[in-house]
Amino acid sequence: MTANLALVLTSSVLVAAGVYLLLERSLTRVLIGIILISNGVNIAFLVAGGRAGGAPIVGVTEPARMSDSLPQAMVLTAIVITLGITAFLLAMAYRSWQLTGHDEVQDDVEDAAIRRLAVADAESRSYDDDDERAPMPEARP
Amino acid sequence: MTAASLVPLPVVLPLLGAGVALALGRWDRAQRMVSVVALSASVAIAAILLVSADSQGPLVVWIGGWPEPLGISLVADRLSALMLLVSATVTLAVLVYSLGQGVADGTRDTPLSIYHPTYLVLSAGVANAFLAGDLFNLFVGFEVLLAASYVLLTLTGTDERIRAGSTYVVVSLLSSLLFLTAIALVYAATGTVNLAQLSGRLADLPDGVSLVLQLLLLTAFSIKTAVFPLSAWLPDSYPTAPAPVTAVFAGLLTKVGVYAIIRTQTLLFPDSPLTDLLMWAALLTMIVGILGAVAQSELKRMLSFTLVSHIGYMVFGVALATTAGLAGAIFYVVHHITIQTTLFLVAGLVERRGGSTSLNRLGGLAVASPILGVLFFVPAMNLGGIPPFSGFLGKAGLLQAGVAADQPLAYVLVAGGVVTSLLTLYAVAKAWNLAFWRAAPAEILEPAGTAPMGYADEPGQAPATPVALPAAMVAPTAGLVLVGVALSIVAGPLFGVADRAAVDLRERSPYVESVLPGGAP
Repeated sequence: MTANLALVLTSSVLVAAGVYLLLERSLTRVLIGIILISNGVNIAFLVAGGRAGGAPIVGVTEPARMSDSLPQAMVLTAIVITLGITAFLLAMAYRSWQLTGHDEVQDDVEDAAIRRLAVADAESRSYDDDDERAPMPEARP
Repeated sequence: MTAASLVPLPVVLPLLGAGVALALGRWDRAQRMVSVVALSASVAIAAILLVSADSQGPLVVWIGGWPEPLGISLVADRLSALMLLVSATVTLAVLVYSLGQGVADGTRDTPLSIYHPTYLVLSAGVANAFLAGDLFNLFVGFEVLLAASYVLLTLTGTDERIRAGSTYVVVSLLSSLLFLTAIALVYAATGTVNLAQLSGRLADLPDGVSLVLQLLLLTAFSIKTAVFPLSAWLPDSYPTAPAPVTAVFAGLLTKVGVYAIIRTQTLLFPDSPLTDLLMWAALLTMIVGILGAVAQSELKRMLSFTLVSHIGYMVFGVALATTAGLAGAIFYVVHHITIQTTLFLVAGLVERRGGSTSLNRLGGLAVASPILGVLFFVPAMNLGGIPPFSGFLGKAGLLQAGVAADQPLAYVLVAGGVVTSLLTLYAVAKAWNLAFWRAAPAEILEPAGTAPMGYADEPGQAPATPVALPAAMVAPTAGLVLVGVALSIVAGPLFGVADRAAVDLRERSPYVESVLPGGAP
């Protein structure tokens, strides 16, 4: 099997950029990251399908010159799924903005509890002065 | 009409039900009836499938009548059918519980017409994942159940749920993308995604390539299963959802991951069990998880950590890659689905009766509501592995398999399993002592300034007023408690089925030959 180098490169660049965005805290950027990664993976499917060929329709293309249609069917399914989840994540980011005025992924409960304890007990050794100074994003009125 | 023609129904019926329930969104009562009928039918069908798969071997359906290796296959072998039956039973019980909750809370004022359709879609997704005969259909099953779980987790869209939901959705999406990448690579390497065909073709690949594929699949499934170090998302996101939703998530979602691990490890990669890697993962999952549970002062979070911890037992059974280990793991999955769901349902009842799930606020529940005490105590002891119960039997089976494997690391795992079991007992006993056994909270409530950890105690969040328990919520919980107890009564036959399923899995030929009678092309 020969693989198309341009497709492989595109796919890896998309995934790399997506991973970078995924590490951001803002849900919208995370979402864009996920879209990039999923497009990268979809292109990887096209690589998996082997060389490009004619439309896989009997009577239009000779069977030997047809491209493999199975990975394309899978990519279509994957695109539909990603579309739905993207819409859902967008709605979540919007709801988060409505509620808190930003769409940043917040600390998990355990981290927040430890931080609260540390702030409440400024004498303790686990107290970190930077925590106090770091401005918490304010909720919109 | 043979039993095989029933195979697609556990997927199709709930999906149809979801459509009908959505159309009936305005008529609450009709919606409820549709859900109950669809899920009850699923339970009955799953039981028939289990009986016939156990007596006649795997049942296979090629959807749409495509010739054999081309179409999409649904396969119900012993493992799938057993998982299907347990999951359908648990989903039905949780549905009845949530109906009871809805009736008690008067959903008429706050109608959530999407709850029932989403719940049915979730159960269809779970069934599809269990029955899938190819990797891509497994992926679709996962996506269906995950998409439904996103909606259920963020139901009503409160601040807390959006916070927990964003982590959950992003982590799940990432694991799905990893899975999708793995499927693309598998297809590029072998030219098929059918599990039965793959079992032959993967063996011909160079070792390095098949190891990469295996590790990629394992990573994707381990995120969904919450195996340490990929488990941090679970205790953070589960406890915020409504009680019935958490219960069904805790029981089913991680176990679908366990099922996928069992299936791929035994069917696709029988020659590379990765015993050492999986054993270390199992050990760390057990120990780190249970230490988290011991440290919690909030009932639902404590239960979420025990959930993570006990995943370790199942991974241990898979890691052994012996018939006894797999049988132990399968039995443990059945036990754990039932018990963990029951405990989360009870936590919902505790929240209702005691007004909180924080162990620092609760107290005196054994006096206030003896029936709640019994409902908590029996599954809690079951989870802790006290002898007459199925938790003990499952752990005993796994530990025996570990000793029989006779490797140094397996003995370490056996010791780790015993320690985890004791610590589980300690964690649930602590919860029992604080919430049920000590004096009523009015005498011990701390002053407001010294709020302890746990988000139930976050500033500005007053505990709800305690209310009496509606019978419609107690009855399904009691039913599941009884199912949990019954698991120890029918433990003999159940271990028999698990054993035969494990033998099938190890041999591989029953599965492969019934999917592709003419041999793999």
